[in-house]
Amino acid sequence: MPESKATAFLTRFRSLLALALMVIALSLLSDRFLTPDNGWNILRQISVNLCLSIGMTLVILSGGIDLSVGAILALSGALAAGVLKQGLGIPGTEWMLQFTPSGAILVGIGVGAAAGWVNGIAITRFQLPPFVATLGMFSIARGLTMLWTGGFPITGLGDAFGHLGTGALLGMPTPVWIMLALTAVFVVVTKRTRFGRHLYAVGGNVRAARLTGLNVARITTAVYLLAGALAGVAGLIVTARLDSAQPNAGLGYELDSIAAVVIGGTSLAGGRGSVAGTVLGCLIIGVLNNGLFLLNVSPFWQQVIKGVVILLAVALDKANARNRDA
Amino acid sequence: MGGGKAVIAPSAALGDVVIEAIGIGKTFPGTRALDGVNLTVRAGRLMALLGENGAGKSTLMNILAGVFPPDEGTIQMDGQSVRFANPQRALAAGIGIVFQELSLIPYLSVAENLFLGREPRSASGLIDTRRLLAESTAALQRVDLAVDPTTLVADLRIGQQQLVEIARAISAHVRVLILDEPTSSLSGHEVEVLYGVIRELKRRGVALVYITHKFEELAAVCDDVTILRDGRVVGTALFRDLTRDAMVRLMAGRDTTELYQKVAFTPGEEILRTRGLSLTGSGVGRRFLVDQVSLSLRRGEVVGVFGLVGAGRTELLEALFGLHPDRVTGELVVEGRAVRFESPADAIAAGIALAPEDRKRDGLVLPMSVAANASLASLDRALRAGFVSERRESSYVGPYIDRFRIKIASLNQRVVDLSGGNQQKVILAKWLATAPKILLLDEPTRGIDVNAKREIYAFIDELARAGLGLIVVSSELPEVLALSDRVLVLREGRVTAEFARADATPERVLHAALPDSSRVAS
Repeated sequence: MPESKATAFLTRFRSLLALALMVIALSLLSDRFLTPDNGWNILRQISVNLCLSIGMTLVILSGGIDLSVGAILALSGALAAGVLKQGLGIPGTEWMLQFTPSGAILVGIGVGAAAGWVNGIAITRFQLPPFVATLGMFSIARGLTMLWTGGFPITGLGDAFGHLGTGALLGMPTPVWIMLALTAVFVVVTKRTRFGRHLYAVGGNVRAARLTGLNVARITTAVYLLAGALAGVAGLIVTARLDSAQPNAGLGYELDSIAAVVIGGTSLAGGRGSVAGTVLGCLIIGVLNNGLFLLNVSPFWQQVIKGVVILLAVALDKANARNRDA
Repeated sequence: MGGGKAVIAPSAALGDVVIEAIGIGKTFPGTRALDGVNLTVRAGRLMALLGENGAGKSTLMNILAGVFPPDEGTIQMDGQSVRFANPQRALAAGIGIVFQELSLIPYLSVAENLFLGREPRSASGLIDTRRLLAESTAALQRVDLAVDPTTLVADLRIGQQQLVEIARAISAHVRVLILDEPTSSLSGHEVEVLYGVIRELKRRGVALVYITHKFEELAAVCDDVTILRDGRVVGTALFRDLTRDAMVRLMAGRDTTELYQKVAFTPGEEILRTRGLSLTGSGVGRRFLVDQVSLSLRRGEVVGVFGLVGAGRTELLEALFGLHPDRVTGELVVEGRAVRFESPADAIAAGIALAPEDRKRDGLVLPMSVAANASLASLDRALRAGFVSERRESSYVGPYIDRFRIKIASLNQRVVDLSGGNQQKVILAKWLATAPKILLLDEPTRGIDVNAKREIYAFIDELARAGLGLIVVSSELPEVLALSDRVLVLREGRVTAEFARADATPERVLHAALPDSSRVAS
């Protein structure tokens, strides 16, 4: 099927085009939209979703899904805040381990990675469908968070830790630094490493990957581990920004991250998509939320509109796929 | 169709023509499956359809049963031209088919399966369960199957499932019944029941078409025979006028030299040996899929493996490739060292490569590019400082692509857009990049056009001369004969014969592959 260069270009950069159109429209509709402050605002707002969404991209590229990232976010944040504030008692002794802010950060990321690893083991060793395995982890992590916090926020975490959420370096907010660094790292990981290539192969055709000698179980486990660790990072940012670990943090965030990945053009069937696309997906959602807020659109309508955008994005993707295969 | 209820004449000398296929042609990408085929099926008679794998039998049956339409030709029923959009329409017109692969829904009950799509309804529009069960019981009785109609199909043995399938076709009151290898998983008693059902159907004037590989079955039920080869009818006769030898000759007779002329070459030392290699099935039956296979492969040698569907050809390659470590027993020696593969990665590390039968399902990652597919098994070679360098990747993959003359616009082209022949070559390129010593090829030319086929044959020959040992599995007899230095014949997981190239005539190989009549009869 011959395709003109213009159409090919439009298809390729459709999300980018949509984003540009949204920015232009919102600039015309609101004089508060196109200001430096609002720009940083949007980036800061999407940083948490982007951390989760990068992990979700890896998971979805591998042909899976992870419903537990929002819950892992809450658990990581709560544990990091808890050990930072009160230390960690060693059972059966009088000893208390005290944690520096850096130590607490490692705890948060480590807990996320551990939860993700358990997801990976459940999926590869025990052959659970990713949907079920991560649904289980969702409930486990939510429950553990409640047990750890007793249902109350942990607050007063200090400036050093708070810097993670509210600080800035060279004029750029810390969460934005983190987000940019993670994006750069995972663009390279997916596009330029053996692991990345194998990840696309496993998601694109797991049977062929296995018959080519790839260690499918190890690759899959690594993917969920990374998604968990990234959820841990997101948990730290959320906690630091509020200077408090909320037991209910991250509720429903897994769905936002799936939305960003899908809007970014990654196929839920696996094997097709990119981290760069997900960045665009997050930006589209972020700009949309911000713009609708500035235009005083009711938050209830915001949800409806976001839903419509998701459906449109995927419907367009499907139409494209049909054209390609015809 | 023929105006209301057709009156079926009592079985006269020959019976009325119920269904007639005239000049049927069908082309699939890369293959001419049927070419000018005529078939006449008469009321009260059984027409056996014989032919090698790939002769076109199943294609013809699928056309008769409305699974897909013919490209050319017409099908007449009671003298009127008919065309069915789907199998349900064909069934409504009185043509039923029992497929070789079971098409039952495992987690529905026997009764629900029997009447799937034509459930008896009560006045309220809901399913009339009482009538469903009553009619199911009656249908099961006709095939002498003593199971409760509320049993889940998944809980039946395969043979019982096959009988359910047959009962389903009969209960639709068909006038034409097509049976595609119906006895492949039936026990001796069940086969007898089936014969009884067939005789009863014949008495009632039903026309039957019967596909089989087992000659001894023909004597029990067959009236007429049509033999297909390469999509054409090569003979139609009354069964009593044909000997078994005549049938085998008609099925096999084909000049292999037209396909490919092998270059003579003397093989080197032994590179692979198995002793008593077995693979058990994963199902309940636990029967052997590969049963005590001992084989030897030398450098520069092409060993062909021939067998009918279900003979264990693919399973043999999978066992060699470390795919089912927990179900494989027996000795495996590669280059003089006893080995045990826990995964394909182990087999690849030992220098073995497998190009699977179903390229799209098992061989290629379709969304990925040609280059990414070709480098997938050897990505280490594309690394620079730990990162994948696309330049390095294309510089080492490129020569393999060129060597196999893969027609692509660029290495970044998606592999899904290539022809079957070029896809197969990408898989070969992928494996050659791992510098294998042993290449296992499963149906290397399935779905590939004639020219690409010749090319693949030439490559196989070239690779052998370069010192690789190759095992080529094929269900196409001429292909096996043209390529192989030696031919192993598999039947029910066992090696039933081994021929040197000079001794491997089509008749002998086919004889060894066909089920042994004396064994079945006992």
